[in-house]
Amino acid sequence: MSTADLDPDPDDVLVRVDNLVKYFPVRSAGLIRRTVGQVQAVDDVSLIIPRGKTLGLVGETGSGKSTLARCVAGLIPVTSGRVTFNGRDITNLSRRAMRPVRREIQMIFQDPYSSLNPRRRVGAIIGDPFTIHKTATGAERKRQVQELMERVGLNPEHYNRFPAEFSGGQRQRIGVARALALRPQLIICDEPVSALDVSIQAQVLNLLTDLQRDYSLSYLFIAHDLEVVRHVSDSVAVMYLGRIGESGPEGAVYGSPRHPYTVALLSAAPAADPDAAASRQRIILTGDVPSPIDPPSGCRFHPRCPKAQPLCAEQEPPLEVKAGDVPTHLTACHFPVEAGESLATATAATPAPGRSEVS
Amino acid sequence: MALLGFLIRRILTGIVVVWLVSTGAFFLFFARPVDTVARQLAGRAATPQVISEVIRNLGLNQPIMVQYWHFIDGLLHGDLGFSYYSQEPVDTILKQDLPPTISLVVGGLILWLVVGLSVGIISATRARSLFDRFSSVAVLVGLSMPVFVIGELLVLVVFVPLNQHGFHWIQTGYSGPSQGLGTWSGHLILPWITLAAVQAAVYTRLSRGQLLDTLGEDYIRTARAKGLSERRVIFRHGVRAALTPVVSQLGVDVGQLLGGVIVVEEVFGLGGVGEASVQAIDTDNLPVIIGFVIIAAVFVVVANIIVDLVYALLDPRVRIA
Amino acid sequence: MSLTGLEVVADEVASDAPVVEGRSQWQLTWRRLRHDKVAMASLIVIGVIIVLAIAAPLFVAITHHPPNTAYPNTGETAAGNPVPPGTAGFWLGTDGTGRDLFIRILYGARISLFVGFVTTAIGTLAGVAVGLIAGYFGGIVDQVLGRFTDAALAFPYVVLALALAVVLGPSLPVIIGVISFFSWAAIARIVRGQTLSIKEKEYIEAARSLGAGPFRIMFIDILPNLLAPVLVLATLYIPTAVVFEATLSYLGLGIQPPTASWGDILADAQNFYQVAWWYVVFPAVALLITTLAFNLLGDGIRDAMDPRTERVLAARRRRRERR
Repeated sequence: MSTADLDPDPDDVLVRVDNLVKYFPVRSAGLIRRTVGQVQAVDDVSLIIPRGKTLGLVGETGSGKSTLARCVAGLIPVTSGRVTFNGRDITNLSRRAMRPVRREIQMIFQDPYSSLNPRRRVGAIIGDPFTIHKTATGAERKRQVQELMERVGLNPEHYNRFPAEFSGGQRQRIGVARALALRPQLIICDEPVSALDVSIQAQVLNLLTDLQRDYSLSYLFIAHDLEVVRHVSDSVAVMYLGRIGESGPEGAVYGSPRHPYTVALLSAAPAADPDAAASRQRIILTGDVPSPIDPPSGCRFHPRCPKAQPLCAEQEPPLEVKAGDVPTHLTACHFPVEAGESLATATAATPAPGRSEVS
Repeated sequence: MALLGFLIRRILTGIVVVWLVSTGAFFLFFARPVDTVARQLAGRAATPQVISEVIRNLGLNQPIMVQYWHFIDGLLHGDLGFSYYSQEPVDTILKQDLPPTISLVVGGLILWLVVGLSVGIISATRARSLFDRFSSVAVLVGLSMPVFVIGELLVLVVFVPLNQHGFHWIQTGYSGPSQGLGTWSGHLILPWITLAAVQAAVYTRLSRGQLLDTLGEDYIRTARAKGLSERRVIFRHGVRAALTPVVSQLGVDVGQLLGGVIVVEEVFGLGGVGEASVQAIDTDNLPVIIGFVIIAAVFVVVANIIVDLVYALLDPRVRIA
Repeated sequence: MSLTGLEVVADEVASDAPVVEGRSQWQLTWRRLRHDKVAMASLIVIGVIIVLAIAAPLFVAITHHPPNTAYPNTGETAAGNPVPPGTAGFWLGTDGTGRDLFIRILYGARISLFVGFVTTAIGTLAGVAVGLIAGYFGGIVDQVLGRFTDAALAFPYVVLALALAVVLGPSLPVIIGVISFFSWAAIARIVRGQTLSIKEKEYIEAARSLGAGPFRIMFIDILPNLLAPVLVLATLYIPTAVVFEATLSYLGLGIQPPTASWGDILADAQNFYQVAWWYVVFPAVALLITTLAFNLLGDGIRDAMDPRTERVLAARRRRRERR
């Protein structure tokens, strides 16, 4: 399926991903390396990032969300499918053709300790985009860099310091400043707060939302923490093993989740209200996430799904609107969770290892 | 079975290497103006007569590819050319000179491996002890000294005083094992130590470092927790893992070993292949040098194959590659 | 006011304190090095040797003994052997043909240091370039360059020197060529390994996402992280080069007499073991002190760049990652 059906006004669409597939070949060891398998990191994903909005991408490790991000950013070549930016096809462009696009798409990375070159001064790091794209030099560049530093909450006088002299939260701010330098249209945030202390997370998230408002930025926000994603996203997509399980506006997905995986994830998130937490039933999924080299047949979630039926192992469920949902809320499930249904009492009808338990 | 395939592949690669080296040597020496080559081959005191004779005998006026063909043909028949200086076929000369070199290499190799590894292992197990510190200093000094300096100092400090006081077991020069093992080893003991000293230092440092790293691994801790004796832990588990990088380093060092061999032969007057080739430079004896280059290539290739075999025995993963 | 606003205020308050300029890695390393007595001593020794080598002509003027001039009357015993240190104005005695040993050792130092520095410089430049390119581009480039590097490393340098000496005649350029041939390979291999591990870091990916091209990444992002290990390598390679040169000259494949080189001084000294211990000992000691000093300095620099505790922690981290 393509994203054409759910298209809002094409002018509002900044990024469109159509049927993106990314497989990594697994090569045998030795002199002549034969390809003995494929890591199916991203398998037929389609989504839309509207202009000025945030799309949150949630999933466990191995779900393919980081790979997807890098495909959109053009950092790794795509196996098949299409990425469109501002109406222009940017899939697998040459490095030269991609250069002007890079001014518009920037990235913020997860690890504040390894995403900045320890041997370079912060001013130089933030100034890199200006140097690479030749938009400002010398004193003018320094001025712009210091302006950026101030905007993200850093002291501009620390221009000549090294990353080691900053805290984790401050380093992420440096990363944000660097990404913001050329006023891009899209910033891809790859788990930007996962490595930070909880108290700092809030600060950085607030910074990101402020910047989005001030500069009309669009974000592709990747995380594995649902609460964080909820705080910043306008729409959300949940990924499992290279495929999208459920996507839609934030309110719809969090308010009435239809995919069993989404329900399980939400049930595991800590709730602020202790009473609500006590009355909620946790769905614990047993078993490990299967390997992306040899994914399960049909619906990839079926071995761990509390509602799985024989159909689930045979047919891959299409990503579509389910009865009772808003037109932009899509779910890929043969037996979506209904309102008021408790997964705790669900019975699966496929013989598969790792049935889920309920606590 | 995989091992056999591995071996065959290595041997084939080795043959290619020897061929490449021989070809390189040939073109290096012979692809020059005919007169220059002839004069060199004929030797220092050559008269124009001898030079023309050389040109005629060796067919130096023929096109270079024809000469090359003859060269390869000769090689395959074991014919390495003729030394005008001493009026003997090169392979005879080299065959005569081989025994001292072999004695030196084998003895030195054993000594350096034994000393290097044992000192390294002991140092690692007794890290920071007096022994360790002492050996670290010795290693540093050993690493800093050129082989010939060690050799000369040994001669000066050991051989000369001993001889002056009537103790004649240690001698310079060479005496074959057939003439008595006692004499043989007496002639070779200082050369062995000299050859081994620098390399032992390198391997001590290497094995000590590797073993220290390995001993820090968790599986060693597990082995100890299981109650295995310390000795078993170290040897069965620790040393085996630590040994593989040492073996691969050995492959690289084989080439450098040749340098050491030549030097040691010079210092102690052992009359081996190395010394012969150095003399050949003084006398511009081209055929001997070519012969030496080819033999050196064969030696390095064979040694590397042996090293690879040992490595494959130690680490089964390699055989599949 | 948002939390971000609070932090900005906090920063401003803190910045009333004197602004501490960021200390670069080099400044930190130098500070640590200064406290390492052994390394400092080595540095001084090296300095002294360099000064002595440069000042060699000065010593000639003082002793009136040029390096290649033989003094058969005052410089040789009746039997034609070298005279001991202290006789007739020869500070360290004479050599086999009655030349001033001390002066010849000084001039030998010039050769050794010159060869040591030049070959290391050539080898470092070439080695870094090759290692960087092989490590960064990977694939076929890495394979090809890797094969060359391995071949150069494993090649017996003496055999090469022999071959070249025969074809071109032994000389200084020949040994510089041979030693550099080996040095670049040793450095390239290590640089390649370092590049491979640096390449995986996130900040390299960040640079690519900014649109930086491969050469910019190599020289601006990767290279600064390589300088530290390369400096250690280079310092440790100098004594190797010095030893190579001495060995080659000893074998007669390098500097030709009468030019003084420690290698061939020691080669000639062999003929006079029994009668002139000074002829062997003094040049040997000079060689030993030089190489030892560079080795200790190199070790010192390595320790200063990467202090013990960090190394232990790094090793532990590596072990944890391997699990």
